[in-house]
Amino acid sequence: MARVVVDVMLKPEILDPQGKAVHGALPRLGFDGVRDVRQGKRFELELDGDVTEDRLVEVRRVAETLLSNPVIENYAVRVEPS
Amino acid sequence: MLLCSITAVTAQRVIDTVSAAEKDPDAQQPWADLGLKPDEYAQLREILGRRPTSSELAMYSVMWSEHCSYKSSKVHLRQFGDTMTDAMRERLLVGMGENAGVVDIGDGYAVTFKVESHNHPSYVEPYQGAATGVGGIVRDILSMGARPVAVLDPLRFGPLEADDTRRVLPGVVAGVGGYGNCLGLPNIGGEVVFDPSYAGNPLVNALCVGLLRHDQIHLAKASGAGNQVIVYGAKTGGDGIGGVSVLASETFDETGPAKRPSVQVGDPFMEKLLIECTLELFAEGIISGIQDLGGAGLSCATSELASAGDGGMHIWLDRVPLRDASLAPEEILMSESQERMMAIVEPSSVERFTQICRTWDVDASVIGEVTNTGRLVIEWHGETIVDVPPGSVAHEGPVYQRPYARPATQDELQADSADRLPRPRSGNGLRATLLTLAASPNLCDKSWVTDQYDRYVQGNTVLAQPEDAGVVRVDEQTGLGVAVATDCNGRFVRLDPFAGAQLALAEAYRNVATSGARPIAVTDCLNFGSPEDPAVMWQFAEATRGLAEGCRALGIPVTGGNVSFYNQTGDAAILPTPVVGVLGVIDDVRRRTPLGFFAEGQHIWLLGETRDELSGSEWAHALHGHLGGLPPRVDLDADRALADVLIDASRRRLVAAAHDLSDGGLAQALVESCLRDGVGASISLPSGLDPFIALFSESTARAVVAVAAEHEARFTDLCTARGVHHAQIGVTQGRDREAALDVYDQFRIPLTELRAAWSATLPAAFAD
Amino acid sequence: MKIGVVTFPGSLDDVDARRAVTLAGAEPVRLWHGDDHLGGVDAVVLPGGFSYGDYLRCGAIARFSPVMGAVVDAANDGLPVLGICNGFQILCESHLLPGALIRNDSRRFVCRDQRLRVDNASTVWTSDYSAGQEVVIVLKNGEGGYVADNATLDRLEGEGQIVARYLDTNPNGSMRDIAGVSNERGNVMGLMPHPEHAVDPLCGAGTDGLGFFTSVLGQLAAHH
Repeated sequence: MARVVVDVMLKPEILDPQGKAVHGALPRLGFDGVRDVRQGKRFELELDGDVTEDRLVEVRRVAETLLSNPVIENYAVRVEPS
Repeated sequence: MLLCSITAVTAQRVIDTVSAAEKDPDAQQPWADLGLKPDEYAQLREILGRRPTSSELAMYSVMWSEHCSYKSSKVHLRQFGDTMTDAMRERLLVGMGENAGVVDIGDGYAVTFKVESHNHPSYVEPYQGAATGVGGIVRDILSMGARPVAVLDPLRFGPLEADDTRRVLPGVVAGVGGYGNCLGLPNIGGEVVFDPSYAGNPLVNALCVGLLRHDQIHLAKASGAGNQVIVYGAKTGGDGIGGVSVLASETFDETGPAKRPSVQVGDPFMEKLLIECTLELFAEGIISGIQDLGGAGLSCATSELASAGDGGMHIWLDRVPLRDASLAPEEILMSESQERMMAIVEPSSVERFTQICRTWDVDASVIGEVTNTGRLVIEWHGETIVDVPPGSVAHEGPVYQRPYARPATQDELQADSADRLPRPRSGNGLRATLLTLAASPNLCDKSWVTDQYDRYVQGNTVLAQPEDAGVVRVDEQTGLGVAVATDCNGRFVRLDPFAGAQLALAEAYRNVATSGARPIAVTDCLNFGSPEDPAVMWQFAEATRGLAEGCRALGIPVTGGNVSFYNQTGDAAILPTPVVGVLGVIDDVRRRTPLGFFAEGQHIWLLGETRDELSGSEWAHALHGHLGGLPPRVDLDADRALADVLIDASRRRLVAAAHDLSDGGLAQALVESCLRDGVGASISLPSGLDPFIALFSESTARAVVAVAAEHEARFTDLCTARGVHHAQIGVTQGRDREAALDVYDQFRIPLTELRAAWSATLPAAFAD
Repeated sequence: MKIGVVTFPGSLDDVDARRAVTLAGAEPVRLWHGDDHLGGVDAVVLPGGFSYGDYLRCGAIARFSPVMGAVVDAANDGLPVLGICNGFQILCESHLLPGALIRNDSRRFVCRDQRLRVDNASTVWTSDYSAGQEVVIVLKNGEGGYVADNATLDRLEGEGQIVARYLDTNPNGSMRDIAGVSNERGNVMGLMPHPEHAVDPLCGAGTDGLGFFTSVLGQLAAHH
């Protein structure tokens, strides 16, 4: 079994109200020096068997068609070391 | 604490069975940690004739907790039944004791409704606490056989400016909206109240209304030996284990965070599927008994279903589908995972049942069957872990006659009336007072909250907040509909619990009648401090007595409700808050009366009598931080007569607008009626009455109405016939930019200025 | 005339959309998310709600339901399709409409009677309005902020694909106050406000929303 992680983030130019709210809250909690916060989603896919390049191509397709909306979001796929 | 002890039991992975309990009768058991008292533990050993197994101990401890067993309140709640007359029973199809009461509203329709609390969970995790509160009451209504058609949420928080309120309120409101909106249930009313006594102890009550045909009523009972017990909906996880007994029954204090068990997490999408699936199962006619899995989960559902039916049930607990495979049987029995239901189904219908569930992507598993043994037997991988008389779990818990006593300080409190407070005398002073009150947290515009709720979905909402009552259409052809309002002024209850509870009832009753509907039934959510405090118990005893007598005087029965004790932080209890929900029926929603003035030149009438009654008022609270004296005089006969006038006037279409007078008195009622549609009013206060009293007194049994000239004679005849005091106090103005609330000889406030004051408070408090 | 209204698991305003279709004078047809055909309807409405809980992104899972395959094919052949709120989100996820809908800038769900201006009254769904007409329609959404890149927005403006805009206040942070857009051909329209909740003077915000449903009937009748 292997774990592949897909991180999905709003594109930098898209407004992220949640991230903005977190950013706004930081100084109130005494955390200074944080320039920006963006909130995203993390998906953990547990695959049967080993991760092969073919499987990764498949995962990228999943990320592109379902897990993210390319109009507003970017994604990144990485294999979690077991 | 509870989690620790359970974990300790399961860590050894030795399953405690009935035979083990017989072999090892003296094993030490963590009954005290589970909240049982020594005599309760002894009683349960006596019932079983041996020590309980750990699973039995878990079941009894949770079912005998205050929250599930009503052990402190039972003796007082009996009054609601005892004071019920035959006339009050007439519309009652199902009374107290079931998941919710059911009342007849005519044309073969029935309505079920109930209000419940989810106070402590909402303090711990505001979003999920409030969300699962909505989910729970909706499943209660669903399990009566009804389609949920509306929700209302009476909410109470600490001071608006307190940091904790800024944490709790947005989360609670988002949770109520997040869950209810996703179910497609219009939110049509409720309350948002602020008082320092709710700091650290918010009240999150949720009321749901369901609609069904008479022949669709379903009950929670397991009858017919051989019938199958099916659990369907979400899988069982470790949510809120022991939440009911520990979380809902113990007080928060500084030293007790370890007692807070895991929070339940709601899945409204699952609940929406569960609703549609269950309604299809009802329509198919294959459910012979049904119960939702709420507080106390499977422990509650199995024991209640069995004891209400043929008295026996056999469960194979290892067949319950789990989200977390490591759960021990004790935990499965106590889990409060949301969005689960239990149904009793004839063997021949099981296949059809699971087929319908599959259509809705809902999991269903047969986990047991009904027996006639009189025992609830639960097996775990071939071993018997529970073997008990189900009634002893569900209904034969301890009943307490808690000592109660009127506290010595009550006289002092009542003697300290608001008469000593300085009152404004000049027109300018009255103007400033009115503006301050209109902008005060309890009276200001609540749309920052209510705009987060969907009030339109289902397309039958005729009136919703900020109207006096929410009104939904039941039948598109005939226009039959129902109205619901919830109310409670906890300050009045604090000053005089008996009268205060009646004032809460009277206000909700009046609100329903103001909309044009005839009040027919009551539900209540009795939020109080610790029942172990005799002063609190006295408040509770007085309030329930007041409510029961009030219901009899108004001729409307209590059909169900909920008690929430231990609402206190340390020694400080909340204001006693018996929230009363009144349900009304209106034969044609097209004649409903809205609260807003909307046409120029209509005469404004004040109905009812105004006395110098300012103790406990919003004025005393908001401007002076004062609470003392006696609340306004209760006059249920006057409220009944007023209701008759308002309903008759609606039926004959004589009134264009009507608004009940309560918090903030006539002044606030005029503010709200003017601002609703931006129509001004010229007011001339009744002669012979001090202007301050006329504007701000909170005397009961009053309303303002707007009447078109051509209906005036018939309207005043109606008032005269019913003996309702009526005085013309003004006329509505236009809707233009100059519109104002103009009080002759005293002051004039442009509506733009009034609206600015009234609507700025909550957005400013919750600005990002 | 038959107008199909699709019910996805989690659809909420499907009953209301069917009622609006009836009030407009057409026959509503229930379509199920698992259907792979549209039963010969003359137009389709994708109603509001929270399809599949909107857990991944609003509309993201509904897009892959069997019925959407049929809707996409039919829309590309010119069938009138109206997506309301969640339906709008599904149409964007299906790439039948450009852009996307994101969380309201207030981060709160908002339910209000919203004033709009109908900017394009020449689509099949808006022909009963006049261009520039101001209407009041119920708005209720948590993720109604319309976003697209500037080039797309300019193109939408240029082609008249911005069908309706918010007046007074922008309730959700939509770019250029966009409340509704159509495809190039004008047969597919997404609208964030709920016209089906403005068809009955008793329940909802007046009757300004009925025009969307009568428009399509008129257009269909004209072409039959």
